[in-house]
Amino acid sequence: MCGIVGIYLKNKKLKNKLGLYMSKMIDNMSSRGPDSAGFAIYNEENSTCYKYSICFGSLNFENLKKDINRKFKNSKIKKYSDHAVVSTKIKPKNFKEFLRKYKDVTLVGYGKAIEIFKQVGNPSEVVKRFKLNSLSGTHAIGHTRMATESAITTDGSHPYSTGEDECLVHNGSLSNHNNLRRILKKDGIDFKSENDTEVAAGYISKSLSNKIDLKDTLKKGLSDLDGFYTFITGTRKGFAIVRDEIACKPAVIAETKDYVAIASEFQAMAHLPKVSSAKIFEPEPGIVYSWGRS
Amino acid sequence: MIFDLKKINLRKVNSELQNIDKKKNYKNYKILNPEGNHAICAGLQDDINVNIEGHVGYYCAGMNQNAKITINGNVGTGVAENMMSGFVHVKGNASQSAGATGHGGLLLIDGDASSRCGISMKGLDIVVKGSVGHMSGFMSQAGTILVCGNAGEALGDSLYETEIYVKGKVKSLGADCVEKQMETKHLNKIKDLLNKCGIKNLQPSQFKRFGSARKLYNFRVDNA
Repeated sequence: MCGIVGIYLKNKKLKNKLGLYMSKMIDNMSSRGPDSAGFAIYNEENSTCYKYSICFGSLNFENLKKDINRKFKNSKIKKYSDHAVVSTKIKPKNFKEFLRKYKDVTLVGYGKAIEIFKQVGNPSEVVKRFKLNSLSGTHAIGHTRMATESAITTDGSHPYSTGEDECLVHNGSLSNHNNLRRILKKDGIDFKSENDTEVAAGYISKSLSNKIDLKDTLKKGLSDLDGFYTFITGTRKGFAIVRDEIACKPAVIAETKDYVAIASEFQAMAHLPKVSSAKIFEPEPGIVYSWGRS
Repeated sequence: MIFDLKKINLRKVNSELQNIDKKKNYKNYKILNPEGNHAICAGLQDDINVNIEGHVGYYCAGMNQNAKITINGNVGTGVAENMMSGFVHVKGNASQSAGATGHGGLLLIDGDASSRCGISMKGLDIVVKGSVGHMSGFMSQAGTILVCGNAGEALGDSLYETEIYVKGKVKSLGADCVEKQMETKHLNKIKDLLNKCGIKNLQPSQFKRFGSARKLYNFRVDNA
């Protein structure tokens, strides 16, 4: 099963409410995926700064914080449950190099806008632990997982981020992920799990790095990614949704002048402002829909 | 009688509507704030009128018998699935598998219905004022699907004896589904359905008829 949700704000005045909207959407989708939850929220405050979302697990956070501050002067660190977001001007290559000595610390994602969090447990508890309702931003995507393809672990949770400011959530399952993973590994894509969705995320990242835009990437994916899926993929500028051509996996879109919301089921959006007068439609199979800033 | 789902538990509402106290002689019910909940008005058995004010989730009006249920909004997967009799009217759009396995009665959808509309039907009549998505009428056995708009890919795939009428374009026909000659009895059936649904601006002669070529479901050694 699994539940996927996304919201993109057209009206920037609602920025401070993004986290609140998102947390209610994820909470509602607990019924589709009670095993784990995760979300990515995009909030670009300073285009010269990178934000690194890390999961430090059971490691002593204060010691890690001291190490980061010692190594990277002027970095800001915010802690959320077992995750932290480090804001610094340090380039990804150097930060990844630094993290290499911490075997128990995972880089969940990074970029100039993305902050990404995921954890095992009931989604309504997970969003509370990360205080999602207090976060703000321009757009966000989220996932509630009913595990099928790999174990119930944080690494097996969505969203998957395999490139700067990129992330992917998935409802469905892929059947050719092992072969694709082998091909993408040879191309230098790094995978942290045995999960099928991570392979799709890697496929998208590889294509985007070859300067193929998101819409064309997802269109090509229709022939390269074999299986059932509704994908929502986020970038710094916005997000896109695509369903495979059989379209067994559900999705509903609600669009008003203030926002575009996507969810596996309408009930996840029922709390959104003026949703009863929104334009509500289902994305057609094999068609890529996208929204974003240019 | 009005039920507000913000104030009353859905299970209680369904239970009340499934066990109508006939002595009270209430006929008309209204449900407010459905908010996408699943299985609203599933399993109703009595000749009552229910208006649902808003969008609903999956399996709304499933297994309906006798009741007239109107949804002033969109419906999720499987509206009126396995419906036996009565009338279900969707004023908005319907998600996939509308009227799946339905045995009887009439399902009217004012907007579009997405994929697999009327899958495996066994006698229900479905009228869609808009268009239907891919694989509509898949393995459908009896009843009628009348589409005033267009039909998506693989219409009537592996069809048994359901009659399909389409006014607009058909993207493609599924396995063993063919266009068939329209006879007087078919035109009368279309006329009857248009009348029942209050559709006055269309004529039966504007529709095309599709049905089974009967090469797939009869045993043939070539298909073994």
